[in-house]
Amino acid sequence: MISVDIHSKHFGDSQVLGRVRFELGQGETLAVLGPSGVGKSTMLRIVAGIDRAFEGHVERPGRMAIVFQEPTLLPWRSVLQNLTLVHRGLSDAEASEALGRVGIADKAGLFPGQLSLGQQRRLSLARAFAGKPEFLVMDEPFVSLDVEMADGMMRLTEALIAEVRPAVLLVTHAREEAERLAGRILHLEGSPAVLHSEGKDHLRCVKP
Amino acid sequence: MKGVGTPALSLLGLAGLWIVAAALTADPTVLPQPWALIGPFWRELTSGELPYHLGHTLLRVAWAFLLAMSIGCVLGLMMGRSERVNQWLDPWLVVFLNLPALVLIVLCYLWIGLTEAAAIAAVTLNKIPNVTTVIREGARALSPDLDALAGVYRMSFMDRLRHVVLPQLAPFMAAAARSGIAVIWKIVLVVEFLGRSSGVGFQIHLYFQLFDVAMVLVYAFSFIAVMLSVEWAVLQPWERRTRRWRTA
Repeated sequence: MISVDIHSKHFGDSQVLGRVRFELGQGETLAVLGPSGVGKSTMLRIVAGIDRAFEGHVERPGRMAIVFQEPTLLPWRSVLQNLTLVHRGLSDAEASEALGRVGIADKAGLFPGQLSLGQQRRLSLARAFAGKPEFLVMDEPFVSLDVEMADGMMRLTEALIAEVRPAVLLVTHAREEAERLAGRILHLEGSPAVLHSEGKDHLRCVKP
Repeated sequence: MKGVGTPALSLLGLAGLWIVAAALTADPTVLPQPWALIGPFWRELTSGELPYHLGHTLLRVAWAFLLAMSIGCVLGLMMGRSERVNQWLDPWLVVFLNLPALVLIVLCYLWIGLTEAAAIAAVTLNKIPNVTTVIREGARALSPDLDALAGVYRMSFMDRLRHVVLPQLAPFMAAAARSGIAVIWKIVLVVEFLGRSSGVGFQIHLYFQLFDVAMVLVYAFSFIAVMLSVEWAVLQPWERRTRRWRTA
């Protein structure tokens, strides 16, 4: 179970986030929608444990994975090493299998710079799911992709989520992505930003 | 002209200039012809004097280089990653960057004595601030996304250092190493000139007192040749290896 209870987050004197509270169970996908600059990525960084300078409390499992807006690979290591160096327990055979699941098994020996953007995104997905995460955080993972590629990536993501069944937090500004992948949608709005439910009544605190 | 053609032509031009200048000077005690160095060079080589002094200088260069790179990399990384550490150490860095090399050398000899440790410490202290400055810039440019990635996937400290941090710092380390080796060997020669009884700097001092320009040139060119070999045989292949992923 993932439990998030952020009281506030400041950058200097400016408060970016207000009360943000939600819980997330295994196999559940929650999408957080919001306009650019509202604080979605800030919230995501707190939930993922990247940013620890906030008031509040976050409980998360040990086995986590993240998918960024950009593929964020180690360009100086091979495609295969991008999996095995991040997941130390993963054998080469298991890593090859993970690459096969996203359709780039034949690229294992190349450097990420030798892959197309679509293949790099697939590698990023393979890396996220290779460790069988209990909690997956996705930060606008389909942004800047054309419609066809975004659709392919979403299909792949759906299949991998169904297979591994992690708790998923998807942060996006695209409603169609949220509706397609998530069972629950919340909005991050205002200044400082707080979470609102989908209904007419805007709630400062939302329980699942 | 491509490849080695232009540099070779350029070097030939330099040799030509030397020959003309030596002819115009018409005094081999002031500037001998290039071929006049072959005899003295061979004598020094076969007598074992040249390898002995070259070896001593190279050992000092190697020690000072390793120490300066190690300490400078650690300091630069810490200063680039932590604003607090940077605020503490930056004034020191500015002081050491502006301290003349000669002052550090003299002070080391005065405080530590005319010893090998003092010589190496003087050279190391002269180079550390430059390495630190370059590596600090590299550390400031480290990707925050890769940092986040390493954090979320709980990569160990050593894995982070080896696979995330150092590859990003490699171009900065190469720049620091290249400028470092060039500066260090020059300072080592000064250190030897002032206070050692072995090394190329000592020999140059000796032949300076004897006003033997040919021998000064023999030792100077021998050492330049060795340092160019280090550049071509060690630094450039290492740099090519670290840049392999960019050109693949």
